[in-house]
Amino acid sequence: MMSKFILTFLIAVMSAFGMPGAASAAGGGDVTLLKKDWTFSGIFGHYDKASMQRGFQVYLEVCAGCHSIEYMAFRNLADLGYDEAEIKAIAAEYEVQDGPDEDGEMFMRPARPADRMPSPYRNDNEARANNNGALPPDLSLIAKARAHGPDYLYSLLVGYEDAPSNLDVPEGMYYNNAYSGHLIAMPQPIYGDDVEYADGASTSTESLSADVTHFLMWAAEPKLEIRKRIGVAAVFFLSIFLVMSYMAKRRIWADVH
Amino acid sequence: MSAAKFSNPVVRWIDHRLPVFSMLDHTANEYPTPKNLNYMWNFGSLAGLSLVIMIVTGIVLAMSYTAHVDYAFESVERIMRDVNHGWLIRYIHMNTASFFFIVVYLHIFRGLYYGSYKAPRELLWILGVVIFLLMMATAFMGYVLPWGQMSFWGATVITNLFSAIPLVGESIVTFLWGGFSVDNPTLNRFFSLHYLMPFLIAGVVVLHIVALHRFGSNNPIGIDTKGKQDTISFHPYYTIKDIVGIALFLLLLAVAVFFFPNAMGHPDNYIPANPMQTPAHIVPEWYFLPFYAILRAVPDKLGGVLLMFGAIAILFILPWLDRSPVRSARFRPVFRIFFWLLFIDAIALGYLGGKPAEGIYVTLSRVATAWYFLHFLVILPMLSVFENTKPLPKSISEPVLATTVAAE
Repeated sequence: MMSKFILTFLIAVMSAFGMPGAASAAGGGDVTLLKKDWTFSGIFGHYDKASMQRGFQVYLEVCAGCHSIEYMAFRNLADLGYDEAEIKAIAAEYEVQDGPDEDGEMFMRPARPADRMPSPYRNDNEARANNNGALPPDLSLIAKARAHGPDYLYSLLVGYEDAPSNLDVPEGMYYNNAYSGHLIAMPQPIYGDDVEYADGASTSTESLSADVTHFLMWAAEPKLEIRKRIGVAAVFFLSIFLVMSYMAKRRIWADVH
Repeated sequence: MSAAKFSNPVVRWIDHRLPVFSMLDHTANEYPTPKNLNYMWNFGSLAGLSLVIMIVTGIVLAMSYTAHVDYAFESVERIMRDVNHGWLIRYIHMNTASFFFIVVYLHIFRGLYYGSYKAPRELLWILGVVIFLLMMATAFMGYVLPWGQMSFWGATVITNLFSAIPLVGESIVTFLWGGFSVDNPTLNRFFSLHYLMPFLIAGVVVLHIVALHRFGSNNPIGIDTKGKQDTISFHPYYTIKDIVGIALFLLLLAVAVFFFPNAMGHPDNYIPANPMQTPAHIVPEWYFLPFYAILRAVPDKLGGVLLMFGAIAILFILPWLDRSPVRSARFRPVFRIFFWLLFIDAIALGYLGGKPAEGIYVTLSRVATAWYFLHFLVILPMLSVFENTKPLPKSISEPVLATTVAAE
């Protein structure tokens, strides 16, 4: 009876609450997401450095005009496979405010690897003023802040379509297949061939969207690889521990009747 | 003090002056435990382990956390990105919170099934309900600390419940908030209390164990132990059995922490708190959903709050609602059916608590809520009178030795 008890409970808990945010956050269930085979899913998941570098390029050339990525420091780009000199060069293209100097003045200087990526706007009000009243969300955590994050982001980026004829799309709104309610304030960002890849990879809408999603997943969960690596070892160790403790239990209890 | 029984002279010297070794010896070796406990008796030690994991990881997290509305969210991201293994500590803390509740819910249902709340263990049960209440308060305040959208709006919804109290409600809410909305003073006091309450829990756990050791564990048959032939020493028999449970618990916890760390959380909590923007659906953490369903099942705010707290308060008087002299559901065929109905009812309430409060969900929530109270207030007292229980075995060792064990 007891193993049945535990099983029933676990199954019930899993099915009732396993993914509490799944149904509610991605919208009213009126959207279907495209499922992609990401290299980072699964227990042996890992990031694809080349794809992340391309995705970073898409972010810089397509997204960064409106979307900040405030929790990413330039030094973090080492995870993408850039070396120190490359990171310094990337950082140096940005100006950040520093100070006060000995005269008490704030001053601008080229960014260093330890600095975080500067935001395109000084504050939320400026961001809204430049975007028709809508606030472009920060992208550092976007892949975790939406249900089924990576699939959702990818579906959103490739999900722009002509609105059905019976739907009235207001000024400044766009029709998107993956967005909850289908009306989104962000105009279609990727059309294909928006950027030129140095490695000659495909620049179709789908490829660019997949690359930038890959990059954003890393930005949201930079420790994913080490987490899964430790996880495999931990599960392996604990499985052996479980078997051995059960065998020890059997032996110790052998004389109890 | 029988200090002489230790062979190590240093141990003997210490134990003569400070009898800690005698106490350990008493709880481990001399403490008689029924020999027929099944694996459902593992959840007490697992709950204790969960509390220890929560306190240890929590203290480490507090070293890098900043309780301020402008920095809380960022400090959590700092922990996730820049603190050495901070992501691991935080994911363990997050997921162990959920596992703690899973374990405690199983522990409670174990008690319900085998009648562990009955005389002479009423106070043991009541102390357990106190721990459960303290856990809920601690978990609620802990969820506010990362200062994400669900943190903020969950805090707003739950603290606002107190405004339903007539006359003084609004003043109480202002008092809880430390201001006129959920803001920095609220976050600060929640952090302070979130740090304090686990230690209160630990204190009540000590009382819980003292009360347990007075009469020892209940057992699957639910009859008292009659002598040495019914019991075995806690160590090594139940220490090793607890270790098996701990191994399985840690294995499942590791799977959650390393492969699905955010599955039991809500994605909206990775959006910084924004008082100007309400999320589409405000849902509490999964372990509160049954109570949330009861709250929303009542059309009247005060009524909902009373019923929600009543759902827990009723557990305090359970030993006097169920007056059947038979403890274990094994010998109570009708009770057993109603136990499983209550179990299904609780799961249903949890499911409904996560659904929007509209249409069929409201009706179902009301039915499930009514059933919950009906079970405790009407069915249990009636069963105490009308149920024909099966004959009890003479002793624990009898059915254990007998070849005709009651079918499970």
